[in-house]
Amino acid sequence: MTGRKPFRRLEAVAAPLRRLNVDTDAIIPGTQLLKVAKGGFGQGLFYNWRYREDGSKDPEFILNREPYRHAEVLLAGHNFACGSSREVAAWALRDYGFRCVIAPSFGNIFYSNALKNGLLPVMLDEDDVDAVADEVEARQGACRVIIDLVEKVVVSPGGRQLAFNVPDIYRQAMMDALDPISATLRYRDDIIAFQNRDRRLRPWAYFGERTLSAADFGAEA
Amino acid sequence: MSAPRTMLDKIWAGHVVRDFGDNTWLIHVDRAFLHELAAIAFRSLSDADRPILSPELTFATVDHLLDTFPGRGDETLIPNGADFIRQLRAGARAAGVNFFDIDDPEQGIVHVMAPEQGIALPGTIFVCCDSHTSTIGGIGAMAWGIGTTDIEHVMATGCLVQTKPRSMRVRFEGNRLPGVTAKDMILYLIGMISADGGNGYAIEYGGEAIEALSIEERLTICNMSIELSARAGFVAPDAKTLDFLRGRPFAPQGQQWDAAARAWLDLRSDPDAQFDREVVVDCAHILPRVSWGTSPEHVIGIGERVPDPDKAETPREQASMRRAQSYMQVAPGEELAGLPIDAVFIGSCTNSRISDLREAASILKGRHVAPGLMAICSPGSGATKRQAEAEGLDRIFIDAGFQWREPGCSLCMSGGAGGEAFPEHARVLSSTNRNFENRQGRNVRSHLSSPATVAASAVAGRITDPRTYL
Repeated sequence: MTGRKPFRRLEAVAAPLRRLNVDTDAIIPGTQLLKVAKGGFGQGLFYNWRYREDGSKDPEFILNREPYRHAEVLLAGHNFACGSSREVAAWALRDYGFRCVIAPSFGNIFYSNALKNGLLPVMLDEDDVDAVADEVEARQGACRVIIDLVEKVVVSPGGRQLAFNVPDIYRQAMMDALDPISATLRYRDDIIAFQNRDRRLRPWAYFGERTLSAADFGAEA
Repeated sequence: MSAPRTMLDKIWAGHVVRDFGDNTWLIHVDRAFLHELAAIAFRSLSDADRPILSPELTFATVDHLLDTFPGRGDETLIPNGADFIRQLRAGARAAGVNFFDIDDPEQGIVHVMAPEQGIALPGTIFVCCDSHTSTIGGIGAMAWGIGTTDIEHVMATGCLVQTKPRSMRVRFEGNRLPGVTAKDMILYLIGMISADGGNGYAIEYGGEAIEALSIEERLTICNMSIELSARAGFVAPDAKTLDFLRGRPFAPQGQQWDAAARAWLDLRSDPDAQFDREVVVDCAHILPRVSWGTSPEHVIGIGERVPDPDKAETPREQASMRRAQSYMQVAPGEELAGLPIDAVFIGSCTNSRISDLREAASILKGRHVAPGLMAICSPGSGATKRQAEAEGLDRIFIDAGFQWREPGCSLCMSGGAGGEAFPEHARVLSSTNRNFENRQGRNVRSHLSSPATVAASAVAGRITDPRTYL
């Protein structure tokens, strides 16, 4: 299960989380990630916030309320998904049904992981994220936020247009749901040239002599 | 004359395979390291019939899920923990990568054993499926954590697609006060510029107080770069770096060592190099530090008081601080010194090296932890544990009432390596890196500090200034 689907335009319910520095342990606790797999982690999302100690759902938590439990967009505070490199943080959000997280900043590793799993991380100014959250809350969530990756713009429920940027190579990969390895193997000859030159320049960084060739990359390349 | 360059510029330029524009690059990766939580990478690649391009540059060990009790095996308290360990073993063996298994004498936490083995080298790009890979910057590498999809990409192509981070220099000026450790220095910085303060940057640590640090202390500083949300953190290699690496099992030898050493000493930023951000820290202000909240930025000096959320700059910050104080059960204006604790932990990739164990043992020697206090020490690697035992440190810890464990992530791993956790609602002082909610067990209140502060507090049964034991 790769979870990669093309992402171009999304119009969906957004849930304001209103918390800063939400860490990957909060997104999915270590106790919830234990299977050697890449999918099926939606149950563990925000586990310690969604569920109370007796196992019942906490009715106060945003994702346990209507209409936010159908949200596909998460509005988060700065430094969202700081902490662990575990890709399961992105898988849990994706498996739960999120397609986009909007925040002023992201944990760098999560940002990269999200892009490769069809989960679009959008960075907006902190005041803009709060303004979108305010508009959503004023309508008690009964509204939609538009995320247009083709035009690189977010449209708030009140019609505000907020431009964002994503490095173009990531944007293309997301719009076309490219397999990252296949995409890079188009540059196989660059890799071979670099490494065979580098092995002469920095032999100490390698273990013994070797000349790289196309065959080393397998049948696909 | 070419423009002056930062250490980041130099390392980056030496690794560019292709420029995609838009500050996005295909870069060569020198070392890829896996642990059992990334076991699926081997299966994914073989299922897709993709070979590992350079098994000789690929490494793996077990540290995250295996338990740290003496006599341990594949089975752990964690459901399916053994499945991860066995799949990693099978994958690593089939692929022919360098694998440090449970019974390997050098097994340990990746970020402790990789420098010990000379697998991590200055000027290299080193990646691992763990956020604390930034640790490796202490020997002058550019190192960061990546996810499973990205490690598979490295294994299949030898490269990563990355944006080049912005450059930040943090200079620690002046000398440390007595009893102040590298852990206190980095906690001070996180409190000063915030847990988001390094976001998007690679940080070069410098200044006379950094130059004065041992390599192990530099590893501690760089370890917590990720707690600033920095992409990476590093210290320019110097004579200490060479002394540390010379003769290590995977380090270059002979003529290759000489060439490498010359190249490494050229890595330091040029004198006039421009950084995107400069931060100066005056070490005279740094006291032993303890965290009060649920983010590493929630940290104060041992004699200071828990801050008042009403005085925070924004409503967002106020709400964040209130939530943290409620979880931690601390009040504005309260002093942390004197707060009773239920348990302590010394270990993790931040502070489980031999100098950390010596630091704690110097306080524990001839003393005992407070009655009823749970105390656990997990050395960071097989080599560290052997060295500690050769020096008799294990006896000091055990006689003081500590459990002396096998190497691993142990009670720092979210959910607890081996499925362990501290008792619910326990207040814990920990030499680790993350005081996140529920990190060390459900509703456990974790305070971060140096091993010295942990040891002093363990003896007193309350959070205690280690300088009273100097």
